[in-house]
Amino acid sequence: MINEEEEIELLLNDLFELYGYDFTNYSKASLKRRITRLCALDKFTNYTQLRYRLRTDTGYLKRFVEEITVNVTEMFRDPLFYRSLREDVIRRLAAKPFIRIWHAGCSTGEEVYSMAILLQEANLLQKSLLYATDLNPSVLDKARKGVFPLTHMKQYSENYIASGGTEDFSTYYTAHYGQVKFDASLAEKMIFSMHNLVSDRSFNEFDLILCRNVLIYFDKDLQERVLKLFDDSLGPLGYLALGTKETLKFSSIQSRFKQTNREKIWQKIR
Amino acid sequence: MKVPCELIVIGGSSGSIEVLLKLLPSLKAPLSLAIILVLHRKNSVESTMAELFSGRTGIPVKEVEDKDAVEPGTIYIAPADYHLLIERERAFSLDSSEKINFSRPSLDVTFESAAEVYGPSLVGVILSGANADGTNGLRAVKRAGGMIIAQKPETAQVAYMPEQAISHNTMDFIFDVSELATFINSTLNR
Repeated sequence: MINEEEEIELLLNDLFELYGYDFTNYSKASLKRRITRLCALDKFTNYTQLRYRLRTDTGYLKRFVEEITVNVTEMFRDPLFYRSLREDVIRRLAAKPFIRIWHAGCSTGEEVYSMAILLQEANLLQKSLLYATDLNPSVLDKARKGVFPLTHMKQYSENYIASGGTEDFSTYYTAHYGQVKFDASLAEKMIFSMHNLVSDRSFNEFDLILCRNVLIYFDKDLQERVLKLFDDSLGPLGYLALGTKETLKFSSIQSRFKQTNREKIWQKIR
Repeated sequence: MKVPCELIVIGGSSGSIEVLLKLLPSLKAPLSLAIILVLHRKNSVESTMAELFSGRTGIPVKEVEDKDAVEPGTIYIAPADYHLLIERERAFSLDSSEKINFSRPSLDVTFESAAEVYGPSLVGVILSGANADGTNGLRAVKRAGGMIIAQKPETAQVAYMPEQAISHNTMDFIFDVSELATFINSTLNR
């Protein structure tokens, strides 16, 4: 009789060998919860049944990836963070002829649209490019559309104001039938693409990389690899922004970065 | 307990901060074990809970950051808006997935995760609150061989949460705040 952890290992090995998805360095506690949750949703009574389904039904892989990854996000999430982006980061990027930003693990795109609004308000959107990547193609499809539920707008509008926004937030979208569509001009400078932080390489040099609440799902080894990838992808004096409870303190790249203030934004100083 | 206690997870919702403001000052330092506080609260702009509690005890109080090690002698606070999980190698993992029982952090999530790692060396405590979160988690703690304790409902500002836990689980103890402090000081902290 093998134990639950060994069963999960077997399942992860299958995923890698059959489909090239490598979840083996994800945080075990969190990954196990996601797998247990999926088993409950799809009525598998044990991990072996789930593993069998994954091996025999390639179509099920899409659902697995969608449900295992966490796609909880919101616009202007942690408003003080966005205030700091406005006041400390974007202002300093303004002098550049061209601004390149990477949202790594962008999920359904709420934070990318938030960034586009910040850039628009600073009159910098026209000279910016926002690369937004995720390993999950379904969330990228949603992000491209820029359509979000109307019910969230009250919260997002409050976040926007708390982040220092002074416009009427509702001017950025049009509402129909319980959904809102964000202004197409915001999306003009966005490029959505699949990218897996576990296995894919650096693809450009950026002035700002945002990767918020993604590293928490990785173990320390994988966090280190991904932080090195970010280091390699940042130009001199580029900025790296992480989630509110994520940190560089365990990483070898820490010595080359300086935290800008009490928000989780670091600048590459050497 | 059959084995020394290594971790106490204390969960609560409305009315539990007042309990902790009484409990924490009466705990003796140094602590031979770690304490984790999982409290429902508004995702307020500033997280001041660590500051609030650290002024009341000589034991170090720390709001958790991702992958921090779980060390004895420390009181950890689950940050607002994340579930708090524990890895086999006794480090924290944060998780911003869907709310459980309308809550993030959810008591159930941390109790269940701690039970898997700590088994019989875990004590789960549930305090005042208006939600049934924690009841299932305490069942997992008990099943893994740990000990479970509820605040006496008649001493709780909101009795629902400990009442739910008590009616669905066989509690080891039902304590008021000063009994809980005495128990931690004289029996759990060695």
